[in-house]
Amino acid sequence: MLDPVGLLRKLGHAAVERLWRLGFAARFFWVVLMYSGASFRRLPLTLREIYFSGVLSLLIILVSGLFVGLVLGLQGYEILQRFGSTEALGTLVALSLTRELGPVLAAIFFASRAGSSVTAEIGLMKATEQLKAMDMMAVNPIARVVAPRFWGGVISMPLLAAIFSAMGVLGGWLIGVVFIGVDDGSYWSQMQSSVDFRFDVWNGIVKSFVFGVAVSLIAVFEGYDSVPTAEGVSRAITRTVVTSVLAVLALDFVLTSFMFRGTS
Amino acid sequence: MNRTVLDLWVGFFVAIGIAAVMFLALKVGNLSTAHLSETYVLQAKFDNIGGLKVRGPVKSAGVVVGRITDIQFDSATYEAVVTMSIDGRYRFPKDTFASIFTAGLLGEQYIGFDAGGDEKMLKAGDTIGKTQSAVVLEKLISQFLFSKAADGQDKK
Repeated sequence: MLDPVGLLRKLGHAAVERLWRLGFAARFFWVVLMYSGASFRRLPLTLREIYFSGVLSLLIILVSGLFVGLVLGLQGYEILQRFGSTEALGTLVALSLTRELGPVLAAIFFASRAGSSVTAEIGLMKATEQLKAMDMMAVNPIARVVAPRFWGGVISMPLLAAIFSAMGVLGGWLIGVVFIGVDDGSYWSQMQSSVDFRFDVWNGIVKSFVFGVAVSLIAVFEGYDSVPTAEGVSRAITRTVVTSVLAVLALDFVLTSFMFRGTS
Repeated sequence: MNRTVLDLWVGFFVAIGIAAVMFLALKVGNLSTAHLSETYVLQAKFDNIGGLKVRGPVKSAGVVVGRITDIQFDSATYEAVVTMSIDGRYRFPKDTFASIFTAGLLGEQYIGFDAGGDEKMLKAGDTIGKTQSAVVLEKLISQFLFSKAADGQDKK
């Protein structure tokens, strides 16, 4: 039977639960920032995490960036040739990559490649009570385990996004100039005349930094907050990927509306 | 994993990342060409700016010499006030003519400077007196139609 009061109570319970978790995540973020000193004083800890989340993500970023560029070049050429302006291919590829696709897609790949493994690692550490053991030895698990992983992700993300965009531009060049035969000079010069460093490239880097903070925070938080069982850890990994992708897309909309509103 | 190998990989990664940023800045963006080190500000008032936009180029003889930084409406004179920052290397005479042109048939609009013959040069903060508004296609067509109609009446 339909029970309006019960439904309303369930809705209220879910809302309070979400809000409580959000508040917990915000306080967790603050604590991670407070204990970040060690991850810069003991640089090898952070370097190791940059290796695991940055260097090991290189391959997927390089390959997917190249293919996104190839597709953009092919599709862009298809459409631009209807208007007889195939020289604008460089502009189309570079602007869509540096402003939107580069940061967003790199963040999504980063969340599924590196974020999930960070969550799994921290979740398993919690499930096997390694975090508790550290606490017993007077080693702060947030300073020793969580903060280096967080900063490793934050540092890797802008670099990965820049590599993604650069590979995409090269991919667009490969398909447009080498295979189809758009003029090489106009591909680059049209691109250079319409892509502004401070406005387009720099805003893309700022975006990818924000995405890096969001994805890394979600990954370490979901791992730290996971239910310490096999099932709980697997759920936490799923939540990391889903929440990261949603957060990245929502943040992208907000950032775009602030950065690129009303101009060109 | 061995510490030195790990350091090497991280160094490799950071180097590639920085190289990608440099590539985006120099090859994709226009950091090298449009490096306006020293700029000065000029203003110009137009009756109608058409589709002119902030960040649009200012050209003289086809060369980009500056960018449009601000567009305001002056409610006292009902004119558009366009603020431009011009590359400090280039100076223009006092009687420079500023007009709004369109690049190509449907391209973006830009401000073109035609240098005059005055001895005195424009200083920072000056306002260009001689301007020509953007060509609005509807006005052009109606002018053409009116003149055609007038021609037809004369012949009768």
